[in-house]
Amino acid sequence: MSLVLENIGYAVDGETYLSDVNLKLEPGSFNVLLGRTLAGKTSLMRLMAGLDKPTSGRIYMDGQDVTNIVVQERNISMVYQQFINYPNLTVRENIASPLRIAKTKESEITKRVNETAAILQIEPYLDRYPLELSGGQQQRTSMARALVKDASIILFDEPLVNLDYKLREELRSELRDLFTERNAIAVYATTEPNEAMALGGVTTLLHEGRIIQSGPATQVYRNPVNVEASKLFSEPAINLIPGRLSENEVTFDESVHFPLDHDLSKIKPGNYTFGVLPSHIGLVPNHDDDLELSMRMQLAEISGSETYMHVVNDHFDLILQVSGVISYHIGDPIKVYLPTHKLFVFDQAGNTIQTPSQRITR
Amino acid sequence: MAEIHLKSLAHSYSKNPSKPSDYAIREMDHVWEHGGAYALLGPSGCGKSTLLNIMSGLLSPANGQVLFDGVEVNHIPPEDRNIAQVFQFPVIYDSMTVFDNLAFPLRNMKTPEVKVQSRVHEIAEVLELTPLLKRNASNLTADEKQKISMGRGLVRSDVSAILFDEPLTVIDPQLKWKLRRKLKQIHEQFNITMVYVTHDQLEASTFAEKIAVMYEGQIVQFGTPRELFERPNHSFVGYFIGSPGMNLIEVQRSSLGVKFNNTQINLEPEMIKLLAQMPSNNLKIGIRPEFIHVWDEPNIDAYCCDLIHVEDLGTYKILNLTLDGQQLKVRLDEDRNVPKGKVYISFPEQWLLVYVDEFLVDTSAETKGVPHE
Repeated sequence: MSLVLENIGYAVDGETYLSDVNLKLEPGSFNVLLGRTLAGKTSLMRLMAGLDKPTSGRIYMDGQDVTNIVVQERNISMVYQQFINYPNLTVRENIASPLRIAKTKESEITKRVNETAAILQIEPYLDRYPLELSGGQQQRTSMARALVKDASIILFDEPLVNLDYKLREELRSELRDLFTERNAIAVYATTEPNEAMALGGVTTLLHEGRIIQSGPATQVYRNPVNVEASKLFSEPAINLIPGRLSENEVTFDESVHFPLDHDLSKIKPGNYTFGVLPSHIGLVPNHDDDLELSMRMQLAEISGSETYMHVVNDHFDLILQVSGVISYHIGDPIKVYLPTHKLFVFDQAGNTIQTPSQRITR
Repeated sequence: MAEIHLKSLAHSYSKNPSKPSDYAIREMDHVWEHGGAYALLGPSGCGKSTLLNIMSGLLSPANGQVLFDGVEVNHIPPEDRNIAQVFQFPVIYDSMTVFDNLAFPLRNMKTPEVKVQSRVHEIAEVLELTPLLKRNASNLTADEKQKISMGRGLVRSDVSAILFDEPLTVIDPQLKWKLRRKLKQIHEQFNITMVYVTHDQLEASTFAEKIAVMYEGQIVQFGTPRELFERPNHSFVGYFIGSPGMNLIEVQRSSLGVKFNNTQINLEPEMIKLLAQMPSNNLKIGIRPEFIHVWDEPNIDAYCCDLIHVEDLGTYKILNLTLDGQQLKVRLDEDRNVPKGKVYISFPEQWLLVYVDEFLVDTSAETKGVPHE
C-alpha cells in the first residue's frame, strides 16, 4: 500500500491550512510529521484519513484516486493525543471493537486481541475498564485498538504528549519495533525534534502549512535546506549569529573575528547567518580552530543526564548542550569554545549555503 | 522563617491499613530546611500530591506530625499556615487589574494602603510585571498570569514557604526557560523555603538545590541533581533520572564479585566483604549509558557485546547491545564511529554501582555523595 498526496491545498472559510503539499509514503514506511503547533500536522492527517476533503489536489492509494472516498471506506486507524476508549467496555472489548465491526470470527478476535495486548504489555488488564488504568495503560489500550485490525495506514497524532517522559521513552521504542514487522504505512505527528530522531524513519518538516523538507531523519537533521528547517529540527534550537564573511575572515556581530578555513573561503563575501548546534559548543577547547568566547551564565537547565547552559555576552546569546550535570550560578563568567569548522552557513534569504557534514576541514 | 519537618509521618486513604502498599505515604522523617530550593520529584501515583496536600494543610496526616519551625501544625488550616501555593493553572481574579490582584492578599490582611503600594511595586519590579500593573488580568498570556500567581505569594511578608505544583504546565515551551530563570532569581533574592513538586526531571533539577525523589510512598533519595545522576541511591532513581535511565542487571554473588549467566564482573574486596554480610539475594549492578566505555578496537579484557540497534539522536547515539543475553544501552558521542557487529565495552570501576534490595551499597562513607563544584 502506498499513499501519494499531489498538490494538496486545504482551506476553511478562506483561511489556508495547507498549501502545495506533495508527498509519497512508501509501503511499510514509518513517517514522522514534525512541526510546531498549528503547522498543519493534524489537518494533513485528517486528509490522509479521509475525515476531511482537500480543497485542491488529489490523494492516491496504491495508484487509485481516493480523494472523494470517505474514512469508513478507507482502511485506516488513528490514535489521538487524548486517550480515547469506550469507558463502558473492558480493555478486551475496547481492543476487539474494530474487529467486531468488521464481523471477524470470534476465534480470530480472541487470538488477535491477545496477540496485540501482549505486544503492548497490557495482558494483565484485559478484564478491567479503561478508567481503572493509568494514563500510560489507557493510551496503550487505544494504540492496541488501532493496531489490532490490519489497517493499511495508521495515523498517530501526538499520542505520547500527555504521558510522562519515562513512559514516552518506553512507548517510543516499542512503537518503532512494532512497525518493523508490518507492511502498513505509519504516520506520526510530533512537535518534538528528539522524538522524531528517536523514532527514525522518514521525517517531513511542516511549517505554516507547507512542507519545507522531507527525507531520512538523520539526513534532514544534518543537512537542513534552510534556517527554518534547522530551527525546527534542533532541540535546544540551533544557535544563530549574524555575521559578515569577507575575503579573509568572518566577523560575528562586529565583535568576534576569525580567519576563513578551506570551506568557508569558497563562499562569496557578504552577510550571512552562522549556525552552531548547542551540542557542538564545548566548555574546553577541542580543536585548533575553536573560537574562545567569554560569556556570562544565564541559566543551567538540567535534564537529569544533560545540562543546557544559556549564556550571553554583550552581542549575542548561546545555548550549550553538555553531557552530565553541571551547576553554575546565574551571572557567573564562563568561557565557551565554538568550533568554527562545525558552522552552518545560511544566506540572507535563509537558504543553506554550507553544513558541517558537507565540509572537508573537519 | 520556616523549616518544615515531617516527623514520623505516614498517611493512608484506607481506614484499616495493614500492608505497606495501603499507605500513600509510608512512614518517613524528612526536613525541608529554611530558605532552601527543593523539588519533590516522582512519577504519577508516587504520593507526592498527598505529601504536598499534607504540607499545605489541605489534608491532615493519619500518623505523625507536620512541624513548622518546631511547632505542630497538623490541624491548622491552610490559610493560617503562612504558606503560599502556586498551582498548575494560574489562579487570578480576571475582573481585577494586575495591581489589584497582587494587592489582594495584603488588603485582605488590612495592610495600610501606603505599604500595599510600595510592596506591590517592589514585587512587580522583580517579576517584570511593572508595565502591566494597570492592565486587566484577563487578557494576559499564561506566563504573565502565572507570574501574578507567584507574585501574590511573594507580596506577603509573612509568607515563609512557597509550594509549587507543576507551575509551568501551561507555559509555552519557548518561554519556560525564562520562567525557570525567574524562579531561581526569586529564590536567591528572597529568604523563602521553596518546594517544587513535579514529575519532570528537568523542572526539578533546574530549580532545586536538592531533590527528594519519591517512589511508592517513600523518599528514596534526597540529593543534589548531580548526586541523583552520578550516585543514585535507589534503583528507581537510576531508572527515573536520565534519558535513557541506568542499565540495571540482576546478578548473583561470585568469588571475585558478582556474575550473571556466564559473565563475571569483578568487584573490589571491600565490596565483596560487604555483600557477604548482607542476607538478601536481590542483587543488581547499575551503570549509566553515559559511563560505559566503548573501545574502538577489539580488546581481550573488555566484554564483547552484540550490536542490536543504533538510535541516532543527532547529538549522540544510543547503542542497544546484548551482553550474554542481557540488554544494555550505551551512549556514544556524535563524533565516534559506530562499531560493526561486535562492540567491546568495559565498566569503569568508579561508575559501576551495586544495589541490594534496590538500595545502593556504599563501601565507604567518603564516597557518599560527590562533592559539589
